[in-house]
Amino acid sequence: MTDWPLLSLVTFLPLVGAAFIFFIRGDDKVVAANARHVALLTSVGTFILSLGIWLKFDNASADFQLVEKAQWLPQLNITYHMGVDGISMLFVILSTFLTPLCILQSFGSIEKRVKEYMVAFLILETMMVGMFCALDFVLFYFFFEGVLIPMFLIIGIWGGPRRVYAAFKFFLYTLAGSVLMLVAMLAMSWHAGSFDIPTLMGIPFPIPMQYWLWLAFFASFAVKVPMWPFHTWLPDAHVEAPTGGSVILAGVLLKMGAYGFIRFSVPMLPEATAYFTPFIYTLSIVAIIYTSLVALAQEDMKKLIAYSSVAHMGFVTMGIFAMTPQAVEGALFQMLSHGVVSGALFLCVGVVYDRMHTREIARYGGLVHRMPRYALVFMVFMLASVGLPGTSGFVGEFLVLLGTFRANTWVALLATTGVVLGAAYMLLLYRRVVFGKLEREDLKSILDLDLREILVFAPLIAVVLWMGIYPSSYLNVMHASVDRLITQHQESLAPKPAPVAEPAAEAAPVDVPAEAPAGAEVAPAPVSAPAPAETTQQTSEPQAQPTPGTESPVSPAKQE
Amino acid sequence: MSGAFPVLGPALPEIFLALAAMALLMLGVFGKGEERPRIFFYLGAVLLVISAALAWLVTPKGGATIHAFDGLFVLDGFARFAKLMVLGASAFTLAMARAWFEREKLARFEYPVLVMFAALGMSMMISANDLISLYMGLELQSLSLYVLAAYHRDNARSTEAGLKYFILGALASGLMLFGMSLVYGYVGATGFDAIAKVLSHGHAPVGVAIGMAFILAGLAFKVAAAPFHMWTPDVYEGAPTPVTAFFAIAPKIAAFALITRVLVGPFGPMLPQWQPILVLIAILSMTVGAFGAIGQSNIKRLMAYSSIGHAGYALVGLAVGNQEGITGVLVYLAIYLAMNMGAFAVILAMRVKGRAVEGVDDLAGLGRTNPLMALAMALFMFSMAGIPPLAGFFGKLYVFLAAIHAGLYTLAILGVLTSAVAAFYYLRIVKVMYFDEPIEALDKAIGRTMGVVLTVSTLVVAFFFLVPMPVMRLSAAAAKTLFPH
Repeated sequence: MTDWPLLSLVTFLPLVGAAFIFFIRGDDKVVAANARHVALLTSVGTFILSLGIWLKFDNASADFQLVEKAQWLPQLNITYHMGVDGISMLFVILSTFLTPLCILQSFGSIEKRVKEYMVAFLILETMMVGMFCALDFVLFYFFFEGVLIPMFLIIGIWGGPRRVYAAFKFFLYTLAGSVLMLVAMLAMSWHAGSFDIPTLMGIPFPIPMQYWLWLAFFASFAVKVPMWPFHTWLPDAHVEAPTGGSVILAGVLLKMGAYGFIRFSVPMLPEATAYFTPFIYTLSIVAIIYTSLVALAQEDMKKLIAYSSVAHMGFVTMGIFAMTPQAVEGALFQMLSHGVVSGALFLCVGVVYDRMHTREIARYGGLVHRMPRYALVFMVFMLASVGLPGTSGFVGEFLVLLGTFRANTWVALLATTGVVLGAAYMLLLYRRVVFGKLEREDLKSILDLDLREILVFAPLIAVVLWMGIYPSSYLNVMHASVDRLITQHQESLAPKPAPVAEPAAEAAPVDVPAEAPAGAEVAPAPVSAPAPAETTQQTSEPQAQPTPGTESPVSPAKQE
Repeated sequence: MSGAFPVLGPALPEIFLALAAMALLMLGVFGKGEERPRIFFYLGAVLLVISAALAWLVTPKGGATIHAFDGLFVLDGFARFAKLMVLGASAFTLAMARAWFEREKLARFEYPVLVMFAALGMSMMISANDLISLYMGLELQSLSLYVLAAYHRDNARSTEAGLKYFILGALASGLMLFGMSLVYGYVGATGFDAIAKVLSHGHAPVGVAIGMAFILAGLAFKVAAAPFHMWTPDVYEGAPTPVTAFFAIAPKIAAFALITRVLVGPFGPMLPQWQPILVLIAILSMTVGAFGAIGQSNIKRLMAYSSIGHAGYALVGLAVGNQEGITGVLVYLAIYLAMNMGAFAVILAMRVKGRAVEGVDDLAGLGRTNPLMALAMALFMFSMAGIPPLAGFFGKLYVFLAAIHAGLYTLAILGVLTSAVAAFYYLRIVKVMYFDEPIEALDKAIGRTMGVVLTVSTLVVAFFFLVPMPVMRLSAAAAKTLFPH
């Protein structure tokens, strides 16, 4: 299977399953049962196939791997270009991992229009996987937006009482953000003459242009992450969506925004990224503290977890923009961990919701007496969300805080309060739902997890513990790509004065004698060597530098 | 190959269509037209298809351009592509119209004849190479359309639509004639080539600019672009639904072809003068289309605003004014044709217990009662909103790409933002179909013709992304013939 287009197979296999389900005809019950089984089989098959990607993935390489390229719209220079690197690969696995669990979960909770639900879910899977694999702007946008249609239907058809409002809000918020990204993408491709993402990463955009492009990308990704104050669609969408929809929404869709930041904003627009970093820090800190406080006040279990998602994603954005290896790896790890943990928490809510049809925290209490297995499962994920050592949540948060601490102490300090608050609201939730006396009459007959639900939770628990105890199996995948991301980011920032020829050239005769020996700083140094000819500056600067210059800013980061 | 053929050959499809329409009229009047109108609908559709095939065949290959009637008539790749769309759309809407008219007991043989004359006018517009032939084609089309709008003459709304359309249309034609006379007065010629030659020598006199603005206003009326859109919602709502379907597609494409040829051809050298006008018209149309439709409860009215919005997006490409922009316009129109054909097939099939209905709420619960039709309609709506992976996305992608390449950033940004606003009302239709409970189920049987049209347009819209190249290549080749150098 060496030459198989593995990524395309993983991307489009769910679509085949969806087409198959679409043509199932017959009695309603039979159709529902068949649709469920076909969907489960397809998604499990996709997951197994996607493990092949991991097997074939070379951890040592920072390049895009398993690359596939084909003509799509040659006139416009748009290609079908797929590939994964250490940043995106694990998200493909995350998507294919969560989908079968959601489908399995839905066996007990989706009773109406089962066929359509399964079709929507499989199409959703195709879009998610495709988005993480896409290496062409238009292809990326194609999948990025394509997610909206199935998700809109999933929230709107199978959601709760306010589902229509939630579905519209979700769709329009996201769309309004992403159309601006489309304009930015078109502008970038016009400037660079290519839609190819790896090509675009190497192209320096003019700095004033970068600011606008960055803001356009920000409009899209900040809504998707979501960052405070663009998060208001999230609690609505989460609360109204069916359990499976919430899991995918929290598990994968939120990651698309953060992934976008890492894939586009940081490597393609380095100067703008540096310029806007304090802005992102601020929003992240507000998200972490404010939404944690909001979560403390929630009466609805899903809403509480939704707000906790915003807080956790605050750590992610903070880590991405801290731009130290630990922070970025921590952010990626936190994304994976949050994908699994918050997905699992929504599944936990789904378990009791399926039984009692309410998510109000006050309606529960003392579940541990009737549902010991449930209490255990819930506890694992609750503690993982809090960030207990030994679970996945700890590794991510710890790395992010460690890395951010190096970049900006105050930001890290403020963010740490979020960890405390996180523990507060999650433990409170757990105490109110699981502990206490079992007082309510209707709870006295509630049933513990059945085999199907155990099957759903078992792999999630395994992964959470695996990620917590031996994170290296995940971090190793990221190392090479993250290192290169950061090196390139710093390289593109470091020689900034050189391309800006006029001020550098003017400053050269004055500054050279005074500054060059004094500081090992990067900025004035490149000017010192070739003062007479501007054109030779860029070529000769690496030679002039190696001893003190370029090494110094990179090395503290590299040592880790 | 001797004698008249070289002169008349390029106009063969039009001559054929004119003769066929007149023959059909005679057949209807002197034959048994009143008793068996069904044959006329099918015959009309077939004849339109034949003339479309002729239009495809007579065009010279390799991007050459040929003239006829002393330069009054031009035939090139652009005309071929536009004629194919217009004649094809006329044929399909005619075929779809039959069942509806029969159910409403309105089927008469005059309808196909009028559609054919209108199509003939459109075909002439597309091939016009002179202000005079332009006006002739336009009026032949418009007069047929006025009658079609008022076709349901016992219905007050239909007659109102016809009258409104006629009065405002006549005003627009008057404006255009005034503009033409100004242009003729200052340039001294009516032929497009001659005008282009005069204008390319230096900066144009003010009179020409004013004349051009008047012509532009008249043409903007025909494509239903804001601020000349006022007639559209009323006419679309009042006219019988098959007529609305026809209005929304064929005349619009023809008018776009005409406006493109006029602006790029004779007024090509005046791009700096007309570009700001088009930018303004495009922005207004997109905005009116997006916000106007939000409150609508009648689906035909909603489609009217939608068509205004789409005119705006196509105008974005036109405003760019270069080959890339025109390619974008053609791609957009081709996709627009597929989406609207399908959407109107669904609207035509909307009826409760045999009675035609046209409220948005009548679609309630369609996802439950008729899943396939609902799915098709949902795809058209998502596509019109420009959501990938559907065809509409590629149309928008193309025009916005052209706009950005030309540095029209404001236009592109406003365009994508209005498309996000417009998504709201397209989503509303999806919401009504899928999220609401059915009140009164729509009738299931939609008829074979409708089924075929619906299937084809659904497949095109849904799977355009798999094979986008044929449409792209045809459009690019067609646009190229307008830019010979």
